[in-house]
Amino acid sequence: MNALAPTRPALLSLENIHVRYPAGRDWLGRSKGYAHALNGIDLALGEGETLGIVGESGCGKSTLAQLLLGLIAPASGEVRHAYESNAERQHAIQIVFQDPQSSLNPRLPVWKIITEPLVVHRQGRHRDLRAVAEGLAAQVGIRAEYLGRYPHQFSGGQRQRIAIARALSSAPDVIVLDEPTSALDISVQAQILNLLSRLQRERGLAYVLISHNVSVVRHLAERVAVMYLGQVVETGATATVLGRPQHPYTQLLLDAVPQLGKPLAGDTAAQRTELPGNRTLPAGCYFRDRCPKAAAGCEQPQALRRVAGAEVRCHRA
Amino acid sequence: MPVATITASPWQQNLAWFAYRVRRSPLMLAGVGITALVLLCMAAAPWLAPYAPNALKLTERLQAPSALHWFGTDEVGRDLLSRVIYGSRQSVGVGLFVAFASSLSGGLLGCLSGVIGGRFDRLTMRAMDIILSVPSLVLIMALAAALGPSLFNAMLAITLVRIPFYVRLARGQALSIRQMAYVQAARTFGAGRWHLVQWHVARNAAPPLLVQFSLDIGNAILMASALGFIGLGAQQPTAEWGAMVASGRNFILDQWWYSTFPGLAILLTAIGFNLLGDGVHDLLDPRQRGN
Repeated sequence: MNALAPTRPALLSLENIHVRYPAGRDWLGRSKGYAHALNGIDLALGEGETLGIVGESGCGKSTLAQLLLGLIAPASGEVRHAYESNAERQHAIQIVFQDPQSSLNPRLPVWKIITEPLVVHRQGRHRDLRAVAEGLAAQVGIRAEYLGRYPHQFSGGQRQRIAIARALSSAPDVIVLDEPTSALDISVQAQILNLLSRLQRERGLAYVLISHNVSVVRHLAERVAVMYLGQVVETGATATVLGRPQHPYTQLLLDAVPQLGKPLAGDTAAQRTELPGNRTLPAGCYFRDRCPKAAAGCEQPQALRRVAGAEVRCHRA
Repeated sequence: MPVATITASPWQQNLAWFAYRVRRSPLMLAGVGITALVLLCMAAAPWLAPYAPNALKLTERLQAPSALHWFGTDEVGRDLLSRVIYGSRQSVGVGLFVAFASSLSGGLLGCLSGVIGGRFDRLTMRAMDIILSVPSLVLIMALAAALGPSLFNAMLAITLVRIPFYVRLARGQALSIRQMAYVQAARTFGAGRWHLVQWHVARNAAPPLLVQFSLDIGNAILMASALGFIGLGAQQPTAEWGAMVASGRNFILDQWWYSTFPGLAILLTAIGFNLLGDGVHDLLDPRQRGN
């Protein structure tokens, strides 16, 4: 099995995507510099598969989500997808946010929240929307009698179910899951993950699972891409990448996960664990400053290369 | 099978909650009481007033308060109680109109300004700054004088001057609501600006606007009265509180009741709407409210 490309026909693919934001403007309105959010991303997503995206805060995961949803345009590179119109793409790619507290409008009844994507695209007559909401609520385990209630009358897990129902309402092919469980109680996280797996089986959904919780990614994703400073530094089958990490950054990331029976590494705190600023990109390997294995050759820009069943952006792996 | 549940409709629940809150807060109770009294006067003026407001009776001019004329009479023998009751229609009517017109237009403009941003936002806010930079009573007087003295023109002038307060309030709300994840979610569905304003921004920006609205009714009554007092508002013989205070001024030393009762009506109404506004503010604070 080729771990590098999706195993099924691609729905979406990104080719050498760069995204940058203007950082401050001078008095003439010219940009004083750029924050470089994505610096050459190549990814592909196949039908019905789950692609995990891991990386620390500030590595460009949220920018990637916005790019996939079409909210921002790349500065260079190409986003390929099978959808002919914007509306079609908006229907086909949906998102579930991290915090269901803030992703649901507190002043709308739940059935209106669930059917909002249909209202935006003027699909379905008003009378039918309630019935549509009932059908979706049943699929995510919300009782139809509760649809007239408001979000604050639900628990965190139920709210996330409502957010998932909203994402399902336009019958999407892809759902971007932006930290879907990290705002929830441990006991509820498993329920939500199981719900997501079941919906994927029933509807043939593809997920882009953005998370820094490695165990969630391990549980749900078939392939995983590790991001660092707007680049993919390692990608491949989940078992390979998370089981035998080869890039020094992936190793560092996995070591940072606390494990039972192992003392926390004492020197972790002393290491340089800050991301370098993204205003001026580092020359050579982006990870060089923090890398325990940095040596000669690291001052050259690194390209992804195949090593033992994965693609790794490191010449020493 | 679903368990049988007895649930009141949201409206009934809200009404019960409202009644409960009002009972617990004496100030709000006073506000609701005064407001109700004033609205009753407006609605039932022909039945409440003992005389016609403009009925002249020169034989009974400038009479002190008595059993026949509770508030006394003015210089042409009109019954002041009747004129105060009828005057509520003019004065409070102005207050309600101004508060409705300025909150609706200002609130909408502010929401759009916050959601659209960019050049539209800058233009709108600078225009509002210009209005705010002139002392409001001076601007109202200038506008009312330019348009010609009448109650309707006074209303328009006061409305224009009150709009910037709503624009700023609504824009501030819109700017913070725009950052909420549910607005981002709506953007991913492809929602347009109008949908964002209608579904998300306006609904969540409404509570502070509602408070400002109820406080503003009192302000607008005072402004209309001030205009009536200097002769730019309601014209004779229309019964309007400010104008009545103004004509009573000539008799203030010997016939104290002439100016006093319309003045008290203005005072009481302004206090009533302000208390109501404070109460509404507390009522809409979500921290005060349980499930």
